[in-house]
Amino acid sequence: MDLSLSDEQKQLQEAAERFVRDKYPFDSRRKIAATDRGWLPENWAQMAELGWLGMAFSEEDGGYGGGPIETMIVMEQFGKGLVLEPFVPTVVLGGGMIGRAGSKAQKEALLAPMIEGKKQFAFAWLERQSRYNLADVSLKATKEGNGWSLSGHKGVVYNAPVADNIIVLARTAGAGREQKGLTLFVVDGKAKGITRRDYPTQDAFRASELTFDKVSVGADALLGKVDEGFAVVEEAVDRTIVALCAEATGCMDAINAATLEYIKTRKQFGVPIGKFQVLQHRMVDCFTNAQEARSMTLMATLKIDDKDPIVRAKAASGAKVQIGKSGKFCGQSAVQMHGGMGVTDELSVSHYFKRLTMIDLMFGNQQHHLTRYSNLAMAA
Amino acid sequence: MDLAFTADEQKFAADVRAFVRANLAPDIRDKVKNGKHLIRDDYMRWQQALGRQGWLVYTWPKKHGGPGFTPAQRYIFENVCAEEYAPGIIPFGTKMVGPVIYTFGTDEQKTKFLPAIRESTVWWCQGYSEPGSGSDLASLRTRAERRGDHYVVNGSKTWNTMGHWADWIFCLVRTDPKAKPQEGISFLLIDMKTPGITVKPIIMMDGGHEVNEVFFDNVEVPVANLVGKENGGWTCAKFLLANERLGIAAVPQSKRGVEALKGIARAEHEDGKPLIENQAFAEKIADLEIQVTALEYTELRVLSQMAHGGQPGPEVSGLKIRGSEIQQRITELTMEAVGEYAAPYLPSLVWHGSNEEPVGPAYAHQAAPRYFNTRKTTIYGGSNEIQKGIISKMVLGL
Repeated sequence: MDLSLSDEQKQLQEAAERFVRDKYPFDSRRKIAATDRGWLPENWAQMAELGWLGMAFSEEDGGYGGGPIETMIVMEQFGKGLVLEPFVPTVVLGGGMIGRAGSKAQKEALLAPMIEGKKQFAFAWLERQSRYNLADVSLKATKEGNGWSLSGHKGVVYNAPVADNIIVLARTAGAGREQKGLTLFVVDGKAKGITRRDYPTQDAFRASELTFDKVSVGADALLGKVDEGFAVVEEAVDRTIVALCAEATGCMDAINAATLEYIKTRKQFGVPIGKFQVLQHRMVDCFTNAQEARSMTLMATLKIDDKDPIVRAKAASGAKVQIGKSGKFCGQSAVQMHGGMGVTDELSVSHYFKRLTMIDLMFGNQQHHLTRYSNLAMAA
Repeated sequence: MDLAFTADEQKFAADVRAFVRANLAPDIRDKVKNGKHLIRDDYMRWQQALGRQGWLVYTWPKKHGGPGFTPAQRYIFENVCAEEYAPGIIPFGTKMVGPVIYTFGTDEQKTKFLPAIRESTVWWCQGYSEPGSGSDLASLRTRAERRGDHYVVNGSKTWNTMGHWADWIFCLVRTDPKAKPQEGISFLLIDMKTPGITVKPIIMMDGGHEVNEVFFDNVEVPVANLVGKENGGWTCAKFLLANERLGIAAVPQSKRGVEALKGIARAEHEDGKPLIENQAFAEKIADLEIQVTALEYTELRVLSQMAHGGQPGPEVSGLKIRGSEIQQRITELTMEAVGEYAAPYLPSLVWHGSNEEPVGPAYAHQAAPRYFNTRKTTIYGGSNEIQKGIISKMVLGL
């Protein structure tokens, strides 16, 4: 057993730290968030140049042969900087699904330019009624000549405003929440029949509500097999959860460091408030929570390539539960210990708190994954 | 001991309900019901209606122009108003400076200020905290130097709620820098239109503007606006904080919040079934409801004690602690109920009451901003850490 990073991985970590230090001081982040797009093309180009967009893909697919550990390393630093570039929807989710389910032609047409920084993706799965059930999908794809016609609604689709391609989870057979009968399609982001309503999210990302009105796609839009899309999605989402967990550990480290600094310097009653035992103990609990989160993230990162889907699912859900719990504790505690300053927009603390809060809501909150974990663990 | 209300009290409840239904403008009621933000005029219209009825200062005794409600009537009044979606009464005049003026003020001050508070023709705000003086309020440094018949005030106040809407501010200022911290403080009333006052917004993490920094640059304040004795302001401050901590429990609002949460949990679905049928989630709501009930009966015990002539003591700090935690828990569970549709941020809808179409259900866009904003409740009015310190020292003798 060895849980240390290789030399190459250490270099990657240093490069990611450098990127965040150079590009994401808090004031810069505020300016980036206020732009129309909400992220910077020059940063995206730099990520491509550094090889981050392709690092987790096989060399055969045009990548650099890394995997979940490399993703974890970069995502953790993104969490520290609250990085806004759409790495998760494009690379982890979109690229991930194309890499695992795409045809050779799709990989050439989509994955290769994505790795070069020339294509971005969004993943449209959620619908108004779905909550956290990935199979609760009613957007319909019906056969139309050689191709398909898509009609229905998708919600909170991250990165849809600028995505070149939207990967859509559609129902081709069955009904309601049946896992069988779901199919993935790669749709041009500007395809006729798609209406978009764009908005920012609480944590300064960009997303859209999408309406599909008889959107025609060719047979080549099919990603993976007809009616067999669910397994692809479930795996992609579990991998995404692990990446988000890594981001959250970065957020927690940053928010804990900011709080520790604050309670050492803020004086009331003639002493730094960190001299009060009630804050000391709470700070220790924050530190412990962040350690647990880091451990669970590492565990899930190391198990997410396991061949057994139950092992993968349990790892992802277990980590998501821990992240939800620790993220809430560290976030709420940081705000509380900062006092009035903690609830302002001015300090970075509230922005980390918002991101940690939103990470809990993404792809199933703490409660959802506790139930999922419980079902998986008790059945075994 | 009797839990049931008397026939008179029941009639009183019916009268309050009838009054609210007849006098609360429907547009304001709608805003409160749907969790929208109110503007100054909304508050003023409702408070002036209450003022005409003599109920705005419902906690005041008759001799100062209040209705002289019994504790039971106060409880009924607060609950019925909340049940009927009336806006919360802004406490700065009615519950804070008003009682300070009628307890410590001169006859001239009572004549000048109390009618406008009873009728809500003047908006008050509070100047207590300073950038360097939060939990340790007595360390405040805003200086008031006496020059003839006026004070010259210099310094700054922060976390000033709704000061951008205020006509007057009550301030704690340092009049004797050489005395012990608590002994050199005075309580001053300052007209916000006085030259030298600047109000600067503080944007909260939900993107909203409700608090400010207020700067005083050689602001001249007549000595006639000093309440109580010079250097005796800490007495007023402690009196006011005890009152503030009583109202801060917000039990009627929390009861309404739990009901709204149940409504959302019935409307939201999971796997085709109402979320409220999810055992784990239903138990979280049940747990919350039990917490609210415990708080309500604690408050009733305090009110009953007061009905027998007692004054709220340090034990009311406990109400603030639990009340604020419960308010936070309500927003936390509401956001949990809403799920991923809490993510869209629609500032024009949240802050400006625009007609923009909501994303997802109509209640969704408020869920996360409220959760974020409500983090303040365990911080303001004396943080919960400070409140626990007071209880451990004053009640438990530790």
